[in-house]
Amino acid sequence: MERISKDDVEYVAKLAELEFEEKDTEKFTSQLDKILDYVAEISSVDTGDVAPTSHVLDIKNAFRDDEPKESLTQEAALKNAPDEADSGFKVPKID
Amino acid sequence: METYYLKAHELKEKLIKKEITCTEITGDIFSRIEEVEERLNSFIRLEKERALSRAEEVDSLIAGGGRVDDLTGIPVAVKDNICTMGIKTTCASRILENYIPAYNASVIERLESCNYILLGKANMDEFAMGSSSENSYFGPVKNPWDIRRVPGGSSGGPAASVAAGEAVCALGSDTGGSIRQPASLCGVVGFKPTYGMVSRYGLVAFASSLDQIGPFTRDVEDCASMLNVICGYDENDSTSLNTKVPDYKSFLVPDIKGLKIGVPKELMVEGVDPEVKEKVFNVIKLAEDMGAEVEEISIPNLEHALSVYYIIASSEASSNLSRFDGVRYGYRNADAVTLREMYRKTRSEGFGDEVKRRIIIGTYCLSAGYYDAYYEKAQRVRTLIINDFKKAFSKFDVLLSPTSPTTAFKIGEKIEDPLTMYLSDICTLPVNIAGLPAVSIPAGLSGDKLPIGIQIIGNILREDNVLRAACSLEKAIGFTGKPEL
Repeated sequence: MERISKDDVEYVAKLAELEFEEKDTEKFTSQLDKILDYVAEISSVDTGDVAPTSHVLDIKNAFRDDEPKESLTQEAALKNAPDEADSGFKVPKID
Repeated sequence: METYYLKAHELKEKLIKKEITCTEITGDIFSRIEEVEERLNSFIRLEKERALSRAEEVDSLIAGGGRVDDLTGIPVAVKDNICTMGIKTTCASRILENYIPAYNASVIERLESCNYILLGKANMDEFAMGSSSENSYFGPVKNPWDIRRVPGGSSGGPAASVAAGEAVCALGSDTGGSIRQPASLCGVVGFKPTYGMVSRYGLVAFASSLDQIGPFTRDVEDCASMLNVICGYDENDSTSLNTKVPDYKSFLVPDIKGLKIGVPKELMVEGVDPEVKEKVFNVIKLAEDMGAEVEEISIPNLEHALSVYYIIASSEASSNLSRFDGVRYGYRNADAVTLREMYRKTRSEGFGDEVKRRIIIGTYCLSAGYYDAYYEKAQRVRTLIINDFKKAFSKFDVLLSPTSPTTAFKIGEKIEDPLTMYLSDICTLPVNIAGLPAVSIPAGLSGDKLPIGIQIIGNILREDNVLRAACSLEKAIGFTGKPEL
């Protein structure tokens, strides 16, 4: 059974901000179909009223006190920026 | 003498007795690296000058009466997904090719505080996604035991460097077996601690609920020394466990009389090489001879572990990797005219195929209409797997299995077939699903002289049982093999 079509892959790629060449879309579709076909076996597991895991350990809401602390300087934060202007990250026109 | 093959605890003795200097140790390691690195490609980046000048500083500290801790002056390779301040951290990806972190990962701060020596950044599968270290933008890592074969992955560089004498110890990360599986394929010790024991602050996230940093070493004693340094609470990691850190070396008691060992039959079935099985049976025999009680056990939901793992890991990855957008750091496509075009071109050119595949699977599993059937269902089955382990550990102290179903496979053999590649983690990934501690130790060599590892799994926070079993079995196995390079 086909679980995922070329259109699905194109749609999901768009959601993930990725684009592929035609031949790659085809390769990915067939590989992903195989993977999804394999993992779909879990649909047959009876999970009844079993709760989904949210954390493997008993940790909840790890908050610290709301006190200001030293953080990265603006200069350090911008050091890896591909492009910057006026002490901010510069990006192409927002469409 | 080949000082580059000495263990950290042996080097510590020599440093204390002033039989060797840290500069000599580091110099010897770099000579070794120059001899073999071209064939192995274990490192993405070497920091020779920095390491040697640091070594001189450490020598002055020691000469001035400074304390020699277990890792003082010890040369360590660090996987390239662990942030090192001022030193490129690429995750073996084009998208981070030029990224220079402005801060150290918490594990690096901890190692710095005992004056370790950073050798360089070790090669890996891109973003730690893979089981062979072939998915690196900087070329594949080769297995020191046979350079036509893979070292395992994703921490192939750290494993190969320790196996080949290019590093004394190494740091890796383990999301589904990325420390234990390469340790097994390269004939070294690799440990994945209980989830939350080692801070993930500064580890570039792949799958946050599964990732854990851990050590590669040449023996179990060094492994305990590394754990003593890297484990502990960190307020910068919200999943860090605020619990007392034991002295892991105190668990190195080579006595397993009465220890209850379970052998999950689901990890000994199809796909496991007869030679690997035979080694596991040998080790079981050794354990019994030492007075351990070994019994087969069934952990029925393990048959769903691979599905659960790939859904959860890919989903978390698709979310974590959305931060790589060419805005704040890393590669950016310079020709794009609009923001959206820049995002898309940057990500499409910056990520390799395996990363893209997992982003697509994860995005699909989290997307409207599929979330319940895939992601949420996987988290429910995850609970069943965790419950199965709880039940197993009500009866057993540790579980024993192969680490990898096969020995090192050939470069290129599985790269075009993702599902077959994923199966190489079948024995290791259940451990991450449940957040358990586990180690791989060498159990010997196959007929064609490739290392075979065995895995020892403990209950949450029961590193004591894992280390006790590991050091006992290590002694009984007596593995001393080294690759011919």
